[in-house]
Amino acid sequence: MSNQKILELKDIKREFRMGSEIVRALKGVTFDVAAGEFITIMGSSGSGKTTLLNTLGCLDKPTEGTYLLDGVDVRKLGRNELARLRNHKIGFVFQAYNLLPRTSALENVELPLLYNQTISAKERKDRAVAALEAVNLGDRLDHTPNQLSGGQQQRVAIARALVNEPVMILADEATGNLDSRSSYSIMALFQELNAKGKTIVFVTHEPDIASFSSRTIMLRDGRVMKDSANENRKSAKEVLAALPQTEDY
Amino acid sequence: MNFFNLLRIALRALQRNKLRAFLTMLGIIIGVASVIAMVAIGQGSKQSIQQQLSGMGSNMIIIRPNSNISAGARLDATSVQTLTLDDVKALQKQAAHLSAVTPLASAKGQAIYGNNNWPTTIQGVNPEYLDSIRQWPLQDGIEFTDRDVQSQNKVCLLGQTVITNLFPNGENPVGKYIRFGKVPLLVIGTLTAKGESAFGQDQDDVILSPFTTVQRRILSTIYLQNIYASAIDENSTTAATDEISQILRTSHRLKPTDEDDFAVRTMQELINTFSSTSQLLTVLLAVISGISLLVGGIGIMNIMYVSVTERTKEIGLRMSIGARGIDILLQFLTEAILISITGGIIGVILGITSAKLVTVFLSWPTLVTEYSILLSFLVCFITGVFFGYYPAQKASRLDPIEALRYE
Ligand SMILES: Nc1ncnc2c1ncn2[C@@H]1O[C@H](COP(=O)(O)OP(=O)(O)O)[C@@H](O)[C@H]1O
Ligand SMILES: [Mg+2]
Repeated sequence: MSNQKILELKDIKREFRMGSEIVRALKGVTFDVAAGEFITIMGSSGSGKTTLLNTLGCLDKPTEGTYLLDGVDVRKLGRNELARLRNHKIGFVFQAYNLLPRTSALENVELPLLYNQTISAKERKDRAVAALEAVNLGDRLDHTPNQLSGGQQQRVAIARALVNEPVMILADEATGNLDSRSSYSIMALFQELNAKGKTIVFVTHEPDIASFSSRTIMLRDGRVMKDSANENRKSAKEVLAALPQTEDY
Repeated sequence: MNFFNLLRIALRALQRNKLRAFLTMLGIIIGVASVIAMVAIGQGSKQSIQQQLSGMGSNMIIIRPNSNISAGARLDATSVQTLTLDDVKALQKQAAHLSAVTPLASAKGQAIYGNNNWPTTIQGVNPEYLDSIRQWPLQDGIEFTDRDVQSQNKVCLLGQTVITNLFPNGENPVGKYIRFGKVPLLVIGTLTAKGESAFGQDQDDVILSPFTTVQRRILSTIYLQNIYASAIDENSTTAATDEISQILRTSHRLKPTDEDDFAVRTMQELINTFSSTSQLLTVLLAVISGISLLVGGIGIMNIMYVSVTERTKEIGLRMSIGARGIDILLQFLTEAILISITGGIIGVILGITSAKLVTVFLSWPTLVTEYSILLSFLVCFITGVFFGYYPAQKASRLDPIEALRYE
């Protein structure tokens, strides 16, 4: 694991204007992430987790503070450059999966590559198939979202996040809609990807899930409360194996 | 995103909502079909009028005596007698823009052959009348000649309507003697059928004889009812008209203040009058159909707005994985253009078909012109771009976070 800094946040503030009121979602957040880390961001609802993740994912720009992604100052970039950055360096996984309905798993995974001019149709397909195989869905290429379980849909979404070979994966409550067995299997997948060198930032409010990561950042009311490495990191695979075999989803 | 992918995504989106896409297209389909069909009807009637008029001789110029106001009373044109053979001679000698000139004397009366009677008109003309002025070929027999005119020979050519009525049994009239009133005439030829004139007159209900024969033996007058002339070509009809006026004014010794005692009409004028009337009709029909196309365009705009709203989440997702504003804009624009162009294609096919059906079942002449098809496609494309642009722009300007959050 190298110590190269992939994310650098310095005093990030984000304010929303709601009519005459100003909502301060982030009130000065500072931390660094090194390449290859698996970070969970924890905090109660409304603590600013999603706002922070959107900032990390270049979907949103901070009102104040500097954010360097891979050494690039994001605040200086325009809309199109941000889009390009999202396309090349970031993979998103959402709580609600956000797959295109009535569109096959393969085509859903191909989607990010459509916005990359340099990739040919053949390469696009090959890479999408490879990504789906990496999430153990090699046999579900033609299935549409409504033919897949929640856990499977989230795997497709992860494959979609992987397909453009991003430097990091951002997940916002990616297990929030899943039962515990599916959650563990998704976490096992994330751990596997992390072992292969992917940097992961995972937002959750479940301490249970956070225990699978290497470091946890606690947010409260728009500030970092606690930032600590996980001493006894659990293996999701082992937890999954230890579950009783009754429910078979 | 390249064009092929854009097209694929647009097709996919339309496939997901086939019925809606079709209903949206319907406005365009009806608009285009009616433009094509209406313009075809307008152009068809214009063409057929033009053909009928040209069939009467497109370079033809008719000179009539004009009723000068004499003693406060305007006289009926047929009873005015100002044109003489000297005018014809003057025109033949002096007019540079005329290729042929003939006097025309006509008389109404009974044509008789055996037991058959037929009320018709006999026209006395010079031999040039058939070839140069009316471009009217014979069906059978021979034309009369200048010698026949000089000798006032009692010969004639029969129009098809006269033939059917005098020779109902299908005999060949050539070589037979008929009578016009009391004057016996030898039929030396028959005319091909010309059909109705643009004014609804039966042009075949006529007997043609040497001018002198009609003037001296039937009418007994020295005045002419008409002078027919032919301009060298269609473009010189105006010059020819001016020239005729000058020559006739000189030969009639009119003072500069005097009104013309003759009137010059060209076929070209008639053609232009009729053409502009039917052109107006075409434009009117096109405008009405254009309005339905506009309504179709508004339908597209409406559905595209609905579609953008429905797919807000999809737009957010696409943006989050790297779609730029322009990619989203082009995606929705392509969809709108695809709807309008597909509607256009179906509309063109439907329009051509209905034009054909109109011709078959109503026997109205129709003419589908390439430019109306091209124009329809162009208008469809523009409609798609124009009415698709605003919804597409709305989509492209969405904030990705808000769009993702949209439920
Ligand atoms: N677009 C927005 N406009 C106004 N307020 C917002 C907006 N997004 C987030 N907020 C506010 O910022 C705070 C943090 O929200 P969020 O980051 O979604 O929290 P979490 O994901 O931790 O539940 C909340 O008080 C929320 O109401
Ligand atoms: Mg949240």
